[in-house]
Amino acid sequence: MIITKKKDFGDILEYLKGREKVFLFGCNSCAEQCRTGGEREVEEMKRLLGEEGKEVTGSSVVDETCYNMLIKREFKRKEAAASSDAILVLACGAGVRTVAENTDDGTPVLPALDTLFLATVERYGRFFEGCSLCGECVLGETAGVCPHTYCPKGLLNGPCGGMDGGRCEVDLENGCAWIDIYRRLKAQGRLHVLKRISPPKDHSKDLTRPRKVVLDRGVRGGA
Amino acid sequence: MKALKSKLDSKEFAVTAEICPPRGTDTSVFMDKARLLKGTVDAANVTDNQRAVMRLSSLACSLLLMREGIDPVFQMTCRDRNRLAIQSDIMGAFVLGIRNILALTGDHVSFGDHREAKAVFDIDSVQMVDVISKLNGGTNMKGTPLNGRTDLFIGAVVAPEADPWEPEMIKFEKKIEAGARFFQTQAFYDMHTFRGFFEYAAQFDVKILGGILLLKSAKMAHFLNKNVPGVNVPQHLIDELESSENQLETGIRIAARQLKELKTFCHGAHIMAIGQEESVVKIIEEAQ
Repeated sequence: MIITKKKDFGDILEYLKGREKVFLFGCNSCAEQCRTGGEREVEEMKRLLGEEGKEVTGSSVVDETCYNMLIKREFKRKEAAASSDAILVLACGAGVRTVAENTDDGTPVLPALDTLFLATVERYGRFFEGCSLCGECVLGETAGVCPHTYCPKGLLNGPCGGMDGGRCEVDLENGCAWIDIYRRLKAQGRLHVLKRISPPKDHSKDLTRPRKVVLDRGVRGGA
Repeated sequence: MKALKSKLDSKEFAVTAEICPPRGTDTSVFMDKARLLKGTVDAANVTDNQRAVMRLSSLACSLLLMREGIDPVFQMTCRDRNRLAIQSDIMGAFVLGIRNILALTGDHVSFGDHREAKAVFDIDSVQMVDVISKLNGGTNMKGTPLNGRTDLFIGAVVAPEADPWEPEMIKFEKKIEAGARFFQTQAFYDMHTFRGFFEYAAQFDVKILGGILLLKSAKMAHFLNKNVPGVNVPQHLIDELESSENQLETGIRIAARQLKELKTFCHGAHIMAIGQEESVVKIIEEAQ
């Protein structure tokens, strides 16, 4: 699940300065669950923009705004989407990007949300970061606790001097990731894994941007 | 005066102190403090944007100390430089004549004066020690031969009172395996616990310099207990400070007592006085 939060409405109005006809995209997946881009939030945005004298030309809440085929279909279905002064997208950055891919260069596609992280859903409405998408999973050596995600310094060889009675000094609400890793590895009888020096991370696996994956036909299945 | 390494190698008790670079380019106060320490300590550590507060470069200030005839311990954190900058600055320090380096993780940027900064932590402190060992061995961290190697005395940090203790000791041993030869410890106030750590460390071929942090007041002791991980000032020392007329003098007496005791069994001591360099001289004199 991709976690998003609403941008300040003042910032959105600033984006829309001089643009009177606005089309809205929402997303029925992650943004709906985050209460940032579902039907309810799109309706709310319509009302707010209306109060500011903007004309909302139409809206689409797509099942997955990051899915190119679905966005393409919406542009075919709703003529207003392509003929507005601006398109405001209530979805994650990938959703905004997908909409932008389907517009001509002259139409601004604007984000209504800030995209935060990839989350574990603790329960409805409670999300915590689960993975930093680093491209080189170390969870096998760290007993399922990600040091890139849970250690604010992303250390790979154990706790730093900021560990305080098992807590992290950056935020004492949080446990030290490395103490958690240590306890789990110890319980698993795998403390030898912690005793090995971990080499520096290979950032060539996550910093070559933009990243892309293309599956071959056999993996894709179907036609 | 013997440089830090030869003093430790000859099994003499070594004393180091910490000195903090100025916020700006006026080095007059920094140099005054350095001159106070000259002849008193065996080496002086130069902190690297300590507590993530931006200050004059630790490399530049290490060079200033060297010119003054003081053996510097160049502190380098993992917070502000990626692996390219770390290697080139370490070699830079070496060609300028610096011979001691202390590899640290570094405080998180959220504690400092540039909270919006990107914290680098491209490599961690264990990996930094390993990188310096490789530079000493004549290659860069990728194994590519260098045209001229470094020959640095590699130091690292350990927290003898860390709770829990075992993961800290695992990291301590990794630093030794990576090539650390001396350790300046986090401040401690319980000599019994420290002796336990020292006995444990005795199985390794490394030099330990026990960390002494000058208690300037009872208020500072309370602050340390509340805010600094791994530092525990016991109540009897707080009482001693509170009941005294001149708390700084009492703090100096406590530090001198620690130093005197360390001299009976440890390889050395590292005195952190945080801006009170003149007190370092008093601590050392009082511990004679």
